[in-house]
Amino acid sequence: MNLVNWTRKNLFSNWHDTLLTFIILFLFYISIPPLLSWMFFDATFFGTSKKDCSGTGACWVFIQVWLKRFTYGMYPNDQIWRIDLAFIIFFFVIGAYFFVNTKIKKILFIFLTIIFPFLAIFLFHGGLFGLEEVETRVWGGLFLTLFISVFSIIFCFPIGVLLAMGRRSKLPVIRYFSIGFIELWRGVPLITVLFMAAVMFPVFLPSGTNLDKLVRVIIAITLFESAYIAEVIRGGLQAIPKGQYDAANSLGMGYWKSHILIILPQALKIVIPGVANTFIALFKDTPLILVVGLMELLGMVNMAKTNPAWLGLATEGYVFAAIVYFIFCFAMSRYSLRLEKQLKTSN
Amino acid sequence: MQSIIELKNVNKWFGEFQVLKDINLQVSQKEKIVICGPSGSGKSTLIRCINRLEEHQKGDIIVDGITLDANTKNIEKIRSEVGMVFQQFNLFPHLTILDNCTLAPIWVKKKTKKEAEEIATKYLEKVQIIDQAKKFPGQLSGGQQQRAAIARALCMEPNIMLFDEPTSALDPEMIKEVLDVMVDLANGGMTMCVVTHEMGFAKEVADRVIFMDEGKIVEEKPTQQFFNNPENERTKLFLSQILN
Repeated sequence: MNLVNWTRKNLFSNWHDTLLTFIILFLFYISIPPLLSWMFFDATFFGTSKKDCSGTGACWVFIQVWLKRFTYGMYPNDQIWRIDLAFIIFFFVIGAYFFVNTKIKKILFIFLTIIFPFLAIFLFHGGLFGLEEVETRVWGGLFLTLFISVFSIIFCFPIGVLLAMGRRSKLPVIRYFSIGFIELWRGVPLITVLFMAAVMFPVFLPSGTNLDKLVRVIIAITLFESAYIAEVIRGGLQAIPKGQYDAANSLGMGYWKSHILIILPQALKIVIPGVANTFIALFKDTPLILVVGLMELLGMVNMAKTNPAWLGLATEGYVFAAIVYFIFCFAMSRYSLRLEKQLKTSN
Repeated sequence: MQSIIELKNVNKWFGEFQVLKDINLQVSQKEKIVICGPSGSGKSTLIRCINRLEEHQKGDIIVDGITLDANTKNIEKIRSEVGMVFQQFNLFPHLTILDNCTLAPIWVKKKTKKEAEEIATKYLEKVQIIDQAKKFPGQLSGGQQQRAAIARALCMEPNIMLFDEPTSALDPEMIKEVLDVMVDLANGGMTMCVVTHEMGFAKEVADRVIFMDEGKIVEEKPTQQFFNNPENERTKLFLSQILN
């Protein structure tokens, strides 16, 4: 089908389609050119201060100058290589994952889930083997966004699986504990949970002990999100026919073997879209840690825009933050689709 | 002959409804019995009790000298000695046919991958689907899936095989390929309990036929006598309907 036919069929097939097409074209006409000139044609990209900006377009100098803070927070400049190193390893391993055979994949998976977290924490925090200690209160920016998201995701997933299984357990104590846990965390807003983690939690600890605020925040987000993950996974467990349990049992597999080998692999495959959805939501909820005084990407943008030398540049900051969030969320979404296709076995 | 399965006064209820009423049954080693009866008569429940996929509330079930009770160790031991084939095949859709067959031998019987694959190959050859070993269940026909399911059960090298209406979900032209495998298995000396409506199969291989109705064993006879001289009125009616 050529372009003229396609246009006629899809855009001008009758009078109201034609009208709608023109209205939309008109909306494009009034919105896109100004947007493009603001973002690109009239914008200033390079400079050292606000004075270098032309004034009519966007002042990307703001992002350029503050990029280091947006990325690493208040992390000391001479130590930033540690963060870079950890993330280079992280993305290198994830990238390599697509190109190697199953055996190496297993090794990479174990490295990424068991060894890498400790390596990363050691690199970020230091204080051992002559590496200078960097306190978590100076951590920030995109680095902190990713740190919190990755660790919360790693921890909340297995807890969610256990809760989902617990909620379907035949043992009343386990079942009611799981139901209570899930309903409790689902019933409160995340922002309340974060406040509790920051303000209330230390009250319950013996005096003198001080659990790092970042650790408390990650625990709070992990418990909160594990309740959501549990419900998503429970949906998957319920979709597995009873015959699968019968078959697994009839072959002599007990509860754990049948779940790990038969039920969960199938259930988790079904719930990939829901799990991806929850993880994306988790990622986008990280700015809420602002309420306890931690500043990830959006927090740093908020701080920078109130700097006296850079007043009036909130729009540039928010547009930048939105683009960064979008890139990561979109990547997660594409990855989940890819995973779904890869794991598809039956027709 | 020594009996390998023994049921004494077995009773079972689903809520208020009694599905099994005072069932007494003995199956000897290498014996083949066919259980038939109208739907809802409790025949599937009966054989599902033998490997405790269903729990009975009263009476004793003794399989290979082990009494079935709430003891999980015993249940798992029995289950690894009793193979089962289901109406809906119940293959694991996320695994290839070969992996379906090797999974339990590796994880339950602690065989090495190589040993398990040798056993799997042997039984997949026996049921004549070795050429489908690398495919997933969803890519096979119903008859092939059911043969794969039989091979999967055989890979545990069971002493007893239970069949729960193995041909009821199949297209007519695929029933024969599955029955042929079962006949072959029977000739090999396996102890078999088969719930089926395939009376041709019963006549060919069964030593005894058991007729159930409303949770009770109504008639129990050697195959010849069962078909030639049924005593119970209900059996006669059932046979006249199913044989025509």
